[in-house]
Amino acid sequence: MSGTTRKRFGKFVVNFSLFLLILIWTVPTLGILVSSFRHRDAIATSGWWNVLPHREWQPVREIDPKAEGFDPDSVMEIEGATGTFEEFREGIESPDGKHRITWIGNKRIGRVEVQEQVWTVDWNFSLDNYKQVWGGQDFEFTKADGTVEIVPGDDMSRAFLNSLAVAIPSTVIPILIAAFAAYGFAWMRFPGRRGMFTMIVALLAIPLQIALVPILRDYKTLELNGTFLAIWLAHTGFGLSLATYLLYNFISGLPREMLESAFIDGASHFTVFTWLILPLSVPALASFAIFQFLWVWNDYLVALVFLGGNPEFELVTQRMAAIVGARGQDWHLLTAGAFISMALPLLVFFLLQRFFVRGLLAGSIKG
Amino acid sequence: MDFLSKFRERSQTPMVRLLSLIARVLFAVAIPAIAFYVLYLGFLFLRDSEASRGTIALVAIVWGVGGVAILFWIFNSFVERMPAAWTARLQPFVFVGPAIAILTWYLTLPALRTFWISCFDRNGPPAGLSFVEQISSNSFVGLDNYVAVFTERLMLEAFRNNIMWVVFGSTLSVAFGLVFAVLADRSSYEKIAKSLIFLPMAISFVGASIIWNFIYEYRPAGQPQVGLLNSIVASFGGVPRAWPQWVEIIPWNNLFLIVIVIWLQAGFAMVLFSAALKGIPEELIEAGRIDGANEIQIFFNIMIPYIQGTIITVWTTIIIFTLKIFDVVWVMTGGQFGTHVIATQFYRQSFTAGNKGFGSAIAIVLLITVIPVMIYNLRQFGKQEAF
Repeated sequence: MSGTTRKRFGKFVVNFSLFLLILIWTVPTLGILVSSFRHRDAIATSGWWNVLPHREWQPVREIDPKAEGFDPDSVMEIEGATGTFEEFREGIESPDGKHRITWIGNKRIGRVEVQEQVWTVDWNFSLDNYKQVWGGQDFEFTKADGTVEIVPGDDMSRAFLNSLAVAIPSTVIPILIAAFAAYGFAWMRFPGRRGMFTMIVALLAIPLQIALVPILRDYKTLELNGTFLAIWLAHTGFGLSLATYLLYNFISGLPREMLESAFIDGASHFTVFTWLILPLSVPALASFAIFQFLWVWNDYLVALVFLGGNPEFELVTQRMAAIVGARGQDWHLLTAGAFISMALPLLVFFLLQRFFVRGLLAGSIKG
Repeated sequence: MDFLSKFRERSQTPMVRLLSLIARVLFAVAIPAIAFYVLYLGFLFLRDSEASRGTIALVAIVWGVGGVAILFWIFNSFVERMPAAWTARLQPFVFVGPAIAILTWYLTLPALRTFWISCFDRNGPPAGLSFVEQISSNSFVGLDNYVAVFTERLMLEAFRNNIMWVVFGSTLSVAFGLVFAVLADRSSYEKIAKSLIFLPMAISFVGASIIWNFIYEYRPAGQPQVGLLNSIVASFGGVPRAWPQWVEIIPWNNLFLIVIVIWLQAGFAMVLFSAALKGIPEELIEAGRIDGANEIQIFFNIMIPYIQGTIITVWTTIIIFTLKIFDVVWVMTGGQFGTHVIATQFYRQSFTAGNKGFGSAIAIVLLITVIPVMIYNLRQFGKQEAF
């Protein structure tokens, strides 16, 4: 092989193996996404990959067994295929492999189908699953045989709003408090500064499990269990050390001269902080905000401990886990619900990926 | 540093010292306390109101965020109106105080309190008694809970499984992350490849559990399989199984859960490795090529040593992460079929079985496992010049 061909070949190997790996990595999510749009009966009876072109047996012709005089109690020969009634019920392929003969129905009033393999796609998509999972009202669902069944909705919309009401303050409050603290550590000198910052660094890796039982006790005393306030404060407490640490790293790296000139002009710390530092720190604030938002939105344990037991305040993760527990076979609900719960994080992720990656690179060890 | 020195302590009379200490603590605690109280009042009001859920959510968001911001502003203007010396003494505590107070309440004190609770039986220390009375009460069991933690059958199972999680989960996440980073770097479609691999990072554990449950979904043999894994198994003539429930191969059925975390974390590892790989000077790799090294030799002898630091950081982060793994196991199996881990045992003992003392002992053990990382972080921090 010459140098160029070898290089081209190497590039091909790289691209191809990466493609395969990406396929493996993407297929799980793709399966859920595709399934969520399929009809509930279709999800339960056939794999989602049937949306891809595939060969399927489909009836071409029907035979009336009575008219032909077949005796279902003995071995029959239909269209070149031989077998008993039970075997025909399963379907027998004709010797040339082109047809399959299947007995539909029972012995007395059944019919015989001659089937052929044809290329087909299963593209019967609708938003019904989403409608049922999203709304709180009863949902009318038409079965394959035409009868209408009324099923209660799963009210994901309520959980979605709850999650928003939890995630936004749980993201903004710690950032606000941490930004003040980071500025204080970076630009002020005061006794105990080193000791306090050491505590923040030590708390970076601490598992939050350590805090759940005592905090739950405090909340019981304060009658705070099952409220948004309880979970905002909990997420603030658990996210604060990482927030302060990341923002400190950023704010302490800002050019000194700029701040000094502001102080010489007589600006106070508060003015410098709000009018100079905060606007300059937007990238760092954004990276942590995304980090914390995803973390809070996707959190299950903290919500389970501090909000658990009150269906009124259920979050999307709790709602989904509840559906898994109670109706783990209802894939039409689970797939659509999973996608609703993932929609916002994925949107945030794709729009703000640049900031998110920067936040990760700045160091991310969260308890 | 000149302008900073004016904020240093000047008057040092004992009276001033005492006063400033009191005022500093007061400021640090007052902001969170008042914020808490105001938020709490707002909550009572919201809870009793008849407004629609959307309105309540919106008001709650504005209330929570705005309340905290306004409080900082009020306290700061108060401090700035004081004599200059006192402003200098107290203002830092308006800035850093709330963060320290909240962290103390939410993490530092709980660590001590959890240890205290872990020395008692299932109901924890009896309320309303003094320290000495608590110790001499019947509920004080000393370190018995810790003995139980290391002898109970389910706990031993949890430790075994957690070791599997740490070993397989972290190693394979790092390995896949490296492969992705190297391949993506040389591919013709780096950006989209990285986005797709990274995408699971945005998905919750609960969501990921649903996604993988669907892959493991099982239908009795003969029926069409709707789960991808069983469908593949059936098409090769195998017998479909409900995978994580496969109790004959305990503990290896944990791998079916560990895969989920690898799927989630490989993207994280990839992003950090990819950034580190881009930092390798091109000349270094060229030099290797000129010396006749092939791509694999370059990978092992140049790239890996060069990004060693990043590999250790990522590895540690994922190890901590897998040590605390909870959601996946809890949603997928609830700890059945021999899949309990430390965190699910902690949850089960503390909140389901109501055994506070035992649960707390498990939490302390979890804390002890991350202490090496804590010490490492503190050492790194100690090297920084700014402090």
